[in-house]
Amino acid sequence: MSANLTHEPIEGEHFTVTSESTGDVWEIVVGLEVHCELATATKLFCSCPNMFGDEPNTNVCPVCLGLPGSLPVLNHQVVELAMRLGRALNCSVEPSVFARKNYFYPDMPKDYQVSQFDRPINVDGWLDLPDGTRVGIERAHIEEDTGKNSHAGGSGRIHGADYSLVDYNRAGVPLVEIVGRPHIRHPEQAKAYIDELRAILLATGASDAKMEEGSLRVDANVSVRRVGDTELGKRCEVKNLNSLRSLGRAIEYEARRQVDLLETGERVKQETRHWDEGAGRTRPGRSKEEAEDYRYFQEPDLVPLAPSAEWVTAIDAAMPSLPAARRVALAEAAGVEPTETAVVVAVQRDLDALALAAIAAGGDGTRVLLHVEHNLAVDGAESLDPAHFAQLVTLEVAGQLTATQAKTVLGDMVESGKAPEVIAAERGFEAMDTSELEGIVDGIIAESPDEWADYCGGDDKRRGKLQGFFVGKVMKATKGQADGKAVNAVLDARRAASS
Amino acid sequence: MPDLPTTALDIAAAVRAGEVSAVEVLDAHLAAIDAREGEINAFNLVLADEARAAAAAVDARVAAGEDPGPLAGVPLALKDNLCTRGVPTTCSSRILEGWRPPYDATVVQRVAAAGAVAIGKTNLDEFAMGSSTENSAFGPTRNPRDTARVPGGSSGGSAAAVAAGFAPISLGSDTGGSIRQPAALCGVVGVKPTYGLVSRYGLVAFASSLDQIGPFSTTVADSALLLEAIAGHDHRDSTSIDQAAPSLLDVLDRGVEGLRIGLVTELMGEGIAPDVAARVRQAAEALSAAGATIGEVSVPAASYGLSAYYLIAPAEASSNLARYDGVRYGMRVDAPTTAEMNTATRTAGFGDEVKRRIMLGTYALSAGYYDAYYGKALKVRTLIMRDFEAAYENFDLLLSPTSPTTAFRFGDKTDDPLSMYLNDICTIPTNLAGHPAMSVPFGGGADGMPVGVQLLAPALGEATMFRAAAVVEAAAPSLEEAYA
Repeated sequence: MSANLTHEPIEGEHFTVTSESTGDVWEIVVGLEVHCELATATKLFCSCPNMFGDEPNTNVCPVCLGLPGSLPVLNHQVVELAMRLGRALNCSVEPSVFARKNYFYPDMPKDYQVSQFDRPINVDGWLDLPDGTRVGIERAHIEEDTGKNSHAGGSGRIHGADYSLVDYNRAGVPLVEIVGRPHIRHPEQAKAYIDELRAILLATGASDAKMEEGSLRVDANVSVRRVGDTELGKRCEVKNLNSLRSLGRAIEYEARRQVDLLETGERVKQETRHWDEGAGRTRPGRSKEEAEDYRYFQEPDLVPLAPSAEWVTAIDAAMPSLPAARRVALAEAAGVEPTETAVVVAVQRDLDALALAAIAAGGDGTRVLLHVEHNLAVDGAESLDPAHFAQLVTLEVAGQLTATQAKTVLGDMVESGKAPEVIAAERGFEAMDTSELEGIVDGIIAESPDEWADYCGGDDKRRGKLQGFFVGKVMKATKGQADGKAVNAVLDARRAASS
Repeated sequence: MPDLPTTALDIAAAVRAGEVSAVEVLDAHLAAIDAREGEINAFNLVLADEARAAAAAVDARVAAGEDPGPLAGVPLALKDNLCTRGVPTTCSSRILEGWRPPYDATVVQRVAAAGAVAIGKTNLDEFAMGSSTENSAFGPTRNPRDTARVPGGSSGGSAAAVAAGFAPISLGSDTGGSIRQPAALCGVVGVKPTYGLVSRYGLVAFASSLDQIGPFSTTVADSALLLEAIAGHDHRDSTSIDQAAPSLLDVLDRGVEGLRIGLVTELMGEGIAPDVAARVRQAAEALSAAGATIGEVSVPAASYGLSAYYLIAPAEASSNLARYDGVRYGMRVDAPTTAEMNTATRTAGFGDEVKRRIMLGTYALSAGYYDAYYGKALKVRTLIMRDFEAAYENFDLLLSPTSPTTAFRFGDKTDDPLSMYLNDICTIPTNLAGHPAMSVPFGGGADGMPVGVQLLAPALGEATMFRAAAVVEAAAPSLEEAYA
């Protein structure tokens, strides 16, 4: 790999791969296809439970097993959730039809998948990333999930296994496939897109969106082109991305691979590639001798699906507050920009309601957000009493608690539910008066004359290191009760005096 | 033993009144099966024990003062592509041999709830693909009127069972004429209801957008009785019409006074045997004599029905039959890889005609051919609907032959698929339109074999269609009455 990935934005939004050999600048183009399982009580076309992790082949019936003579009946809740998601993604809801996608695979009971092809239910929407990038959504259509194969004995892979087992519990589970347009320009943006989509899926109740359980599955179409080119390059579809980390790494790897190919005069072959997390690379899928022809045609066992305008209106009316709007609300309350990391994180962690309440109860916005971002990534944070949270922040701003103390008290508050003053008193956290602190600092300076001389006379880098040394000593001496800022102020004053 | 009633209506009335027992009715039919089934081969499976238990249960209900329903104690034969819980359902295919569905088709539930006694599973062309029942993996069914001839198909077993007196009524399925054509060739009544009137749940699919279950019987009234029992909305079939079963028995005696009935020009000329066409004209005269106005009407697109059908039906079939892959049920021929196992199983399990249609359908849907074949066929289908719509602006019913000829001899058409396909030229347009149609026996042809005339109606026009059928039935010459 010679191509070097930089994070330098071009015109504020593009990111590039710069070739070390030629110095050419390439742009990464990514479009994501996301399959998510809808959080319905029952499957797409039958009344079997839609449950993850049950005994194999227990949630099955003639319909989802595709037994001869069985027929599908569309689950109303699937349509409801799919439309809710579509509207949250700013799609228009269209009259749609189901189609059969024909191919043989043992985990697919009918040897065709019921999906939507040329007339999907949700079309032409978009999703705004927290950084302001708008990613187009081509479509979000309904389809059925397949079962799951497991291969046993031999090599343990499909070719060379002694035998294979199929679990049809997942067969017929409702999916929505969200096809994003190729508007993503960087691995981090791809991750942000999935994060944002997941937040929307959770907010709308459409899916539990768990990548590790497979209820949210991401395929990435990756291509590269020279900056300034308007034509899209040949793309590869990267599969087997089981985490956000894999997604980012795979895009980066794939982009570099393609740039290397193109720079050495080779071509990118349009193909499906699988991400190998262990090896940190993508590999071509099993090459098919012929192009897949799915022979789509309208599913004759189902009637066209044309949700009424009233239904769409009712969905819009009941739409919960979505992440983008929640970020704006929180940013306004806290007096910061909605793109601020703390704001993004607060909404992602579903702690924006708590932060808003704490701010409303008089807590300082910036301090509240700071705690949410850094100190509240713990279970139970969401049940924190906002009034207590506000009191804590107020004590901190008033200088009655140091930042370190405040963090400790906050942790205790989540655990015990007690008020911050109570916890501070129990822990013996009290504001230290200046003369007491000065005495302690002077004592420590006296204990370390060499370091002090160095601190006063050395260069900035040296001084920076020694500042840490002195502050550390003071903290140790005060059992962490000293305020770091106050310590620095005393040190500065003493240095100024000694020169 | 007193003479037992022979029609379903009479049997049910007598059983409900306690005048005869369901068991003795069943025994008489089992005796008829014993006597002739060897030469006819109407059944893949005779359910003697199960039927006896069901008949005894009907008798017990009557004894307890309950009403077992409108089909009380009536023996009924089921085409072997209707799922029966715990009872083998083969579609006359090796690939499904031994498979026992874990559920009953909706129609099977409904006839049982009406008191009928399922007497057996009848033979068919494999997966209902054929017009002679010669494509069965379990040997052909023979025409009870002349065992050197075919009974028609694909529901040849259900038609023959009724014609031979093995059961007064039976159920078949009709995708392109598979009820009406064998009814005509065997000299019984057969009805293809409006698409969506009868639930398809539990009918093993051939071509989902065309398949429809319907009755066979010796009389028009019995078909009305059976259709009333099986029709009506079923939430398990999304294409089921949300409407209650029509009243048919009540309207049978209303006659045809004032009805406008059109003879379909395209189905009376080339390709139709003169003796058959003559019988259809004779039936038209009878309807006219009963007060109907007879005219001629053109349904131009009907001429393209056959071509469109042989793209649409195989296309759907190629997808519907994909599931027989050896993975979950039925036959499996082992091979080193899954794909090879799929191929080996399907190669061994399917007969030639099924393979031919799977290949036709796969081709018609393939990238690059879809528009020219499947896509164009869908357009023709729309044209046919439009032409029928125009015809029904001026006519209440249409009239045509059911089949271009009377029953042909075994092997006559097996070497030439196209001549076999042409057998369905009169019945296919109805399926493409989704309309109802029925075949009513009307005397014999030059060879003394039965002729069927076909009555066609617009969607949900069953009541009017049955009124005319009753008139045709009453006017029908006997089979023995020489063809003039």
